[in-house]
Amino acid sequence: MHPAPSVILFSSLSGLGFGLLAWLGIGLPAVTGWVAFVFFTLAYLLAVGGLIASMFHLGHPERALKAFTQWRSSWLSREAWASVAALLVMAAYGAGLVFFDARWWPLGVIGAALSLLTVLTTSMIYTQMKTVPRWHSLWTPANFLSLSIAGGALLAGQVTEAMVLLALAGVVQIVTWWQGDQALASSGTDMATATRLGDIGSVRAFEPPHTGSNYLLREFVYVLGRKHAAKLRIIAILLMAFVPLLLLLSPVLHHLAAALAVLSHAAGVLTARWLFFAQAEHVVGLYYGKR
Amino acid sequence: MTTLPQHTDRKLGLVIDLDTCVGCHACVISCKGWNTENYGAPLSDQSAYGADPSGTFLNRVHSYEVQPEVGTAHLVHFPKSCLHCDDAPCVTVCPTGASYKRVEDGIVLVNESDCIGCGLCAWACPYGAREMDVAEGVMKKCTLCVDRIYNENLPEEDREPACVRTCPANARHFGDLADPNSAVSQLVAERGGVDLMPEQGTKPVNKYLPPRARDQLQGPEDSGEIDVLAPFLAPVDTGPKGFLGWLDRTLEKL
Repeated sequence: MHPAPSVILFSSLSGLGFGLLAWLGIGLPAVTGWVAFVFFTLAYLLAVGGLIASMFHLGHPERALKAFTQWRSSWLSREAWASVAALLVMAAYGAGLVFFDARWWPLGVIGAALSLLTVLTTSMIYTQMKTVPRWHSLWTPANFLSLSIAGGALLAGQVTEAMVLLALAGVVQIVTWWQGDQALASSGTDMATATRLGDIGSVRAFEPPHTGSNYLLREFVYVLGRKHAAKLRIIAILLMAFVPLLLLLSPVLHHLAAALAVLSHAAGVLTARWLFFAQAEHVVGLYYGKR
Repeated sequence: MTTLPQHTDRKLGLVIDLDTCVGCHACVISCKGWNTENYGAPLSDQSAYGADPSGTFLNRVHSYEVQPEVGTAHLVHFPKSCLHCDDAPCVTVCPTGASYKRVEDGIVLVNESDCIGCGLCAWACPYGAREMDVAEGVMKKCTLCVDRIYNENLPEEDREPACVRTCPANARHFGDLADPNSAVSQLVAERGGVDLMPEQGTKPVNKYLPPRARDQLQGPEDSGEIDVLAPFLAPVDTGPKGFLGWLDRTLEKL
């Protein structure tokens, strides 16, 4: 799949932002006043910034409001509802903390649940794609949610929780990669089922429909990054989990170490999210003899 | 609504005969010709005469080489357009309701004024039937020529999809696949028509007729003969004799 920068930025940054909102919602850290204002500003910049980035990949952003209509069937529509609901509820809860020094905890808990629900709906947009076997697995939501919760803990300054959750997210990431590598082969879709010519013999793409490229090849048959995939995976897992863990364990330079840990984690998540798209094989590639 | 209808009254679709398709791409051209100037946004081209031409097409013809275990390879031309699936995954993913499947005839359409161009429906389609138009930013797909098949301004023989109307090999057939007595349904039953990627669970309406067994395609190494006339064409003289033989051998040595 084509790794569109807008979608990678959106899912990574908003994942971190909604993760932070979830922690703030359950009162960890229990901040009020100006400190709460800073935390909420950061969370909203990440979450809303991500949402705005995702608008750039639409052909007609001016019609984006129509995306709220089909929540009965479409995960993208459900994501739109969940994100707006989470942002509104958390705004009310944040206003209580910042301006009234009051923690309206039911609002916070509901907001936290809605924030995680938003991340779940984002991941379900990919998980539902039977056409991309690598994504069509429960490991996709596990991957998105574990990264969001761990990154949120890191941003929220919950050091102990962050260390456990970062390690867990790293393990989930490795399992996600491992199962994803066998997904296409075990999906049962190959050139024989695509063409139904397998009964006659082995099928080879002889000539594509056009000498030039097309939308399908550009969008679904992205093979550029696969050469370096193994190296990028190591870089991603080091930056995402290993380096932040080491930094959190270091006894000195606590604030600087935490900031570096956040930056390293974000860079690792972005790398992993780039691979999530670049490595994903869409079955339409089989019609072109590619994967 | 992007939920799928429980039942469609008819299932209009295509039956494509892989045995008779000659790979001329006339269906591709007639499809683009009709659909670029009728229903919805035109099918744009980018850099049509440049170094890297590309464009939006609703129908594309692939060619495959199929190598049986014994005998020579078959070349199969393979037209592919929207299969108007009963369980169309492209419809349910649409967040705006722009994609829909019609209850009356099962045709899958895009209401372009509602399309935000998110591309998710093209992701959900295993067949590559949907293409985002780069110029318009909306999703384009086969309409089964909905603006021809019911069009009373056209002569009756033209009220079928442009690709079917134009096919010189009669490899494309149009009809109601919900009616077991229709010509297309009988053709599917007779020739063992199949679904593409049945494991994807999309339940396509369009069917493909697999190529018939080919009994004349054995190479000489399999049958020992190229043609019924082959025995008469075998060289009678295995080598020159006498003076000519001497000349041949001498000239070889020079």
